[in-house]
Parts: sequence; structure tokens; C-alpha cells
Amino acid sequence: MIAELGHYALMLALGLSLIQSVMPIVGTRNNDAVLMSMAVPTALAQFFFVGLAFLALTTCYVTSDFSVLNVYENSNSAMPLLYRFTSVWGNHEGSMMLWVFILTLFGALVAALGTNLPIKLKANALAVQAWIATAFELFILITSNPFVRIANAPFQGRDLNPVLQDPGLAFHPPLLYLGYVGFSIVFSFAIAALLEGRIDAAWARFTRPWVLGAWMCLTLGIAGGSYWAYYELGWGGFWFWDPVENASLMPWLAGTALLHSAVVMEKRGALKVWTILLAIIAFSLSLIGTFLVRSGVLTSVHAFANDPRRGIFILAILVCFIGGALALYAWRAPLLKQGGLFAPISREGALVFNNLFLTSACATVFVGTLYPLALEALTGAKISVGPPFFNLTFGPLFLPLLIAMPFGPLLGWKRGDLLAAAQRLLAAAILAALAIAASFALQRGGPVLAPFGVGVAIFIMAGALVDLAERTMFLRIPPAAMVRRAIGLPRSAWGAAFAHFGIGVTLLGIVAVTAWGSERIAALKPGENIDIAHFRLTFDGTFARPGPNYSDLVGHFTVHRTGGELLGAMEPSRRTFPARNMATTEAALMSRRLNQIYLSLGDPNPDGSVPVRLYFKPQVLMIWLGAVIMFIGGALSLSDRRLRVGAPRRARAAMLQAAE
Amino acid sequence: MTRKQRRLSLIGGSIGVLAVAVALMLNAFRDNIVFFNSPSDVAEKHVMPGTRIRLGGLVKTGSLVRGDHMSIHFEVTDGSHETMVAYQGVLPDLFREGQGVVAEGAFDPAGLFNADTILAKHDETYMPKEVADALKKSGHWKDEYGQRAAMPVGGPNK
Repeated sequence: MIAELGHYALMLALGLSLIQSVMPIVGTRNNDAVLMSMAVPTALAQFFFVGLAFLALTTCYVTSDFSVLNVYENSNSAMPLLYRFTSVWGNHEGSMMLWVFILTLFGALVAALGTNLPIKLKANALAVQAWIATAFELFILITSNPFVRIANAPFQGRDLNPVLQDPGLAFHPPLLYLGYVGFSIVFSFAIAALLEGRIDAAWARFTRPWVLGAWMCLTLGIAGGSYWAYYELGWGGFWFWDPVENASLMPWLAGTALLHSAVVMEKRGALKVWTILLAIIAFSLSLIGTFLVRSGVLTSVHAFANDPRRGIFILAILVCFIGGALALYAWRAPLLKQGGLFAPISREGALVFNNLFLTSACATVFVGTLYPLALEALTGAKISVGPPFFNLTFGPLFLPLLIAMPFGPLLGWKRGDLLAAAQRLLAAAILAALAIAASFALQRGGPVLAPFGVGVAIFIMAGALVDLAERTMFLRIPPAAMVRRAIGLPRSAWGAAFAHFGIGVTLLGIVAVTAWGSERIAALKPGENIDIAHFRLTFDGTFARPGPNYSDLVGHFTVHRTGGELLGAMEPSRRTFPARNMATTEAALMSRRLNQIYLSLGDPNPDGSVPVRLYFKPQVLMIWLGAVIMFIGGALSLSDRRLRVGAPRRARAAMLQAAE
Repeated sequence: MTRKQRRLSLIGGSIGVLAVAVALMLNAFRDNIVFFNSPSDVAEKHVMPGTRIRLGGLVKTGSLVRGDHMSIHFEVTDGSHETMVAYQGVLPDLFREGQGVVAEGAFDPAGLFNADTILAKHDETYMPKEVADALKKSGHWKDEYGQRAAMPVGGPNK
């Protein structure tokens, strides 16, 4: 019954979505305030019904209702509650439900919170949002219905794919989708602006929180996925340049560019047409990401099932939205007025530089990811484009960006002084030079480029600190005044410094792991030792440990510092899931400050030895720590007063109430 | 600078960066593309020793031999032809005889395929797409390869 309710609620949501798609647009054409105001209640009601459908599916999963095919195929009553809950989106149908749920949630938020939006912009934007919702609701109902029943309900489900039975599933997909779908709001606003033929700095102010929010979630989602792949797949890599990873990186790159160009538009009224294009591109790349992952054209962890109808349907959605949006852009963009002159060397110029390199880097990732698909479709030849391609294209394009990053915030608007900025960065440059010299002195036989990588990372981190020091007049005024200045600084300035600092931290982690990490592979018998870096691991033997819906074959290792103190035990395991007759590798990690020892087991050999992969990963935690710092930077920027457009007014209203 | 000059310098800069990006890509494409081959392709068109390729098919049942120092040998088959593969290291979780596999590496002059990477599958019913296509091409595809194990009694009610 609950599944049928969910199915019905989804159909009702589709009906509401159709109304929301058409009526507000008709209203804006005819200046009919009643029709335009229909957008708000329909958006809220649509969210309610999609929420109901999502809740129904969740209930089926949590209560293990195996008469629902989707639950039967992806759940098991022996799984812990957390996994029974997260397996809702651990499959194709459910993850599309999550997509639409977040989409309508955002639509409802715009409807409910956007009380001070211009009425036409709001009506148009919500209508565009409903177009997207309609397409995806149709997609679910026609090709991916999660509420299909089985005539004779089985007693037990087929279990969730073991690779996905991990707490990571609770965070990674929802965060990624919050990011992907967050760009849909910006897209809708961009299309609404094109429909109206009007755009101004206020537009940038309305959309910036959405860009920021989406960017923050995407940053954390990508980092979370990277850490998950790192410890779950047993290969110790944090980034594989896998097409699915690229699918999430492309919207991030475009979104980062959008974040920066929106600043120019808001502050100086320039780059309007470009910002609109970036908004369209960012969401288009999110859609392409969904297509790549969901259509089964790629071989990856994320390809749950291949159904050609789905691929064609998503491709149709893709063509309609991206093609339609770009056509509308070509037709209407010339109507938008350009504004704001600036010299090439200026804050605006620096942000253009940022945009240019980010989008070029994004383009190389795009080509590298889609070229194999295009080639196969055209000639039938099957090729793969691996990490070397991306290292040779993405790397050189990203490097100038990294080096230029500390200069940007130090340049003035309209006309900047590059020499003055360079002088202020002198301290950062000296620190970077020292770091390069120190790395050269300390490294024994590592790659020659690595110390320079460290230098760039230190330069970026120190540059972010210099920016803050300049703004607070560090050491040049009394400490009390300095603190006052620091508090008075716009939060977005703090946010930018944090985010840039985070990039430096991540880069440092990547360089250190890539250049100075070590790896050992061996087959060990109980009692044997294996050494790595300055650690010695002793293999004590294996034992079995039962779990709720799996059994572990655990290897017990004792870790010592070479010739010294005991540091603890590591217990990697081979986990067998009887419901799917499948095994996974559960790596063991031991963190020593920001370094990690990484240990995973292979299948035991007939002679009783166990193959192990052992890695020493220096500074590896910095990679994800940097992403967290970027996220915090985004959050600081989001809390900036300037972005909460309605805040001052609301505060005044509260004061009036208090006075009464 | 006049408005026109500023715009021109902006456009010039953009074209410059894009040209660099294109040059980098063309250069990278020249050396870093790996072609996928089935054992039949290998038999047909003689891949040069030392050229990196991806070899895909099924691990031939009964062909897996474990040696010292974690080295293994096995044969990859697409039903029509077989290719001998050598690999050293830890095998992915779902590597089994009779299952689909994709190995990346190069042939040595003696015609033995030295794999340095064996690609992992992530699902017991999931067949790498390249392997599925290769099997279909050689006419040895069986429908159950791509499907989940037996459906429950009664089948889906749709």
C-alpha cells in the first residue's frame, strides 16, 4: 500500500510540475499577477508530494518490504539500519528519486525564501525549475519506477552491492546531488533572465548563495567520494581520472569559474553575458555527469544497471535542455547590456584570467572524458584515455592558475598594480623558496618537480595569509585595532582566503603522496615481517569474525616504529557477503598525524600465505583536509551579510515588533 | 587603452589560452591513448610488442596458474581465440575463472601479454561493457552474462 501511495504521490507531483511549467510563464507574458503567483504554491506542493514519494520508498526500505522489486534487488533485512536507509539511493531508481527530491526541495526553497525577488524573475525561474522537474519525474515514471511490485514476495532481499555498504554512502551521493542540483537553480535564474531579456547586479546577488552552496556541497561531495574510493577499493589511490570522477569534476570547475565571475558581475556589473553562459554550462555539465553515470555508457562503480531506454531518455533530456538553453542564449544574450570597463591588470582582469584557465582546464577534461565515447560511436574503435593524458593537459593549464591565485585578491578593482601586489607577496615567495630548498635537501631520489610543487602549495597558502594580513594591517597597527579590523572584514574576504588556503593544503597533500609515497606488495606467512618507510609490521595470523550480513577474514598485524616503540595493531580484512557471493577488501588505515599507513589483503594463497598491499602515504590527509577548509571558506562567504538580501529588512521588522 | 583595444586584448588572450589547451590535448592524444582489443583482435591484427593495449575477455576456466612471488598466469578468451597473460601482484576482489576481465599492459617480443593492471569489477553480475561487446562480436555472448541471477518465483509484476 505504501509503495502505491508513493507511486501516486509522484504522479501528482508530475501534474503539479506541469502546471508550474506553464502557468507562470503565461502570466509573465500577459502581465497577469495571479498566474505568476501560481508558481509559489505549486512549487511547495510539488515538493510535498515528491517528499511523500521519497518517504514512501524510504519506508519500504527501512521495513524491508521485499514485495517491492527495487527493495528486493538492493536490500537485505540483515543489514544494519543505516545501510537499509542509505540503500534507498544505492541503486539507479532510488538515486534518481533523490535527485528529484533535492530538485524540488530547492524549488520550494526559492518559492518560500525568495520573498524579495522581482515577481517576474521568480515566476520565470520557478517555471524553468519545473521544466527540469517534469523531465526527471517523467524519466522516473517511464523508465525507472522504484515502486514496481513482485507478485509473490520473496523472504529475503538480494542485498546492497557490498562496495556500497559503507557509511560513505550516507554522505557522498546526497552531497554530490546537492551540488549538481544546486546549479539547476542558477540555471533556472539564467534562463529566466534570458526570457525577460534583463539582468543586473541584483541577479548576481540572488544567485550567488546558490552558486556558493552548490559549490560547497560539490567540493565536499567530490572529496568524500575520493576518500571513500581511497579506502574502499583497496588500491590506495585518491583520484583515478575515471570518467565518473571527471563527471563530477567538470561541474566543479565550471562552478568555481561561475563563483568568481559572479563576483565581477555583482561588484562591477561586467561579464554579465559570460556569467549567464557559465551558469548554463555548469548545470549542463551536471546533466552530462548524470548522463554519463546513469546511462550505463561507462564502466564504473557507479554503473548500477544497463538499460538502453534510460540512456536514450537521458540523452533526450540532455539535448533538450542544453541545446535549448544555448539556442535561447544565442538568441537573447545580445539584448543584455554590457557594463563596467576595466584594465587588463585589475581584480576583474585577474578573475577573467581565472575563468579563462578554469574553463580551458574543464574543456580538456571534457574532451578526454567524452572522446572515447564519441570515437566508439563514430568508428567503433574502443580506446581508453588514462591519467597520463590528464596529467599532460590539465596539469599545465592549472599551474598558471595556481601561481596567479595569490595575486588576484591583492589587485584593486578597475586598475590594479601588479608590482605592488608582487611586493606584498614577497614574504610568501621567500617562504616558498625556503620550502623548495628544504624539500630538495630532505628528499632522497624523489622526482625533481616535487619540491617545486611544494613551493607552489606553500606560496598559495602563504599568499592567502598575506591577503588577510594586508587587510587587517597586521603588525602595523596596535593589536586591538587589528582585531577590530579583522572582525570588520567582510566575511566573503575571510571566505576567499580560507578557500585559497584550502587549495594550497590539498595541493601539498597531492604532491607529497605522489612524490614520496611508497608501496610494498608481498605474500606473508604468520610471524613474518614487512617494512615500509620507518615502520615494521608483523603479521600475527588471520581469524574469522562474523558480521550482521557478512563474515570477515581478518588479518592481525602489529605495527612498530623500526627498531622501537609499539604503535598499535592494524586489522585489514576480506569481507564475504553470502547474499551476493561477493567479497570486498576492507583496508586498514593507521593515521600518524597527517600521514597514513594503508594495508589491504588479497585472497589467501593455497600455501597459507596472504598477499598484502602496504602503502605509506605521507601527508595524505591534507588532500581532504584542504577540501574541508575550502568548504569552511564557502560557508564563511555564505554567511556574509551582503548575500542575505532580506536580512536588514527582517532585522528592522523585528525591532519594530519589540518596540510595540 | 580604448574599449576596443581592451576587448581585442581580452579576445586575443582567450584565443591564446585555448590554442595552448588544444595543442596540449593533441600532443597528449598522440601518445596516451590505449586501444581495447579482444583475443580475436590480437590474433587478427598483430599488435606490436611494447604497445600498451587493454585486453578484455573471459578468464578461461582451468587456465589460472599461480607462481612464486605472487605471479600468476591465465588465459583470456573470447570463445574464438585465447591470449596468455602474465601478472604480478594482488588480484582484484572479483577476479575469477569464467568471469569477465580487462587487463592493461603490453606484449613482450615472445608474444606473452604482460599486464600491469587488472581492472576490478564492482558487481558480481556486471560485465565490463568492452568485454560484453567483444563476446557479442565473436558470437559467444550468453544472455545470462549481463543479467542478475535467477529472478524470484513469479517474476516482476509490472
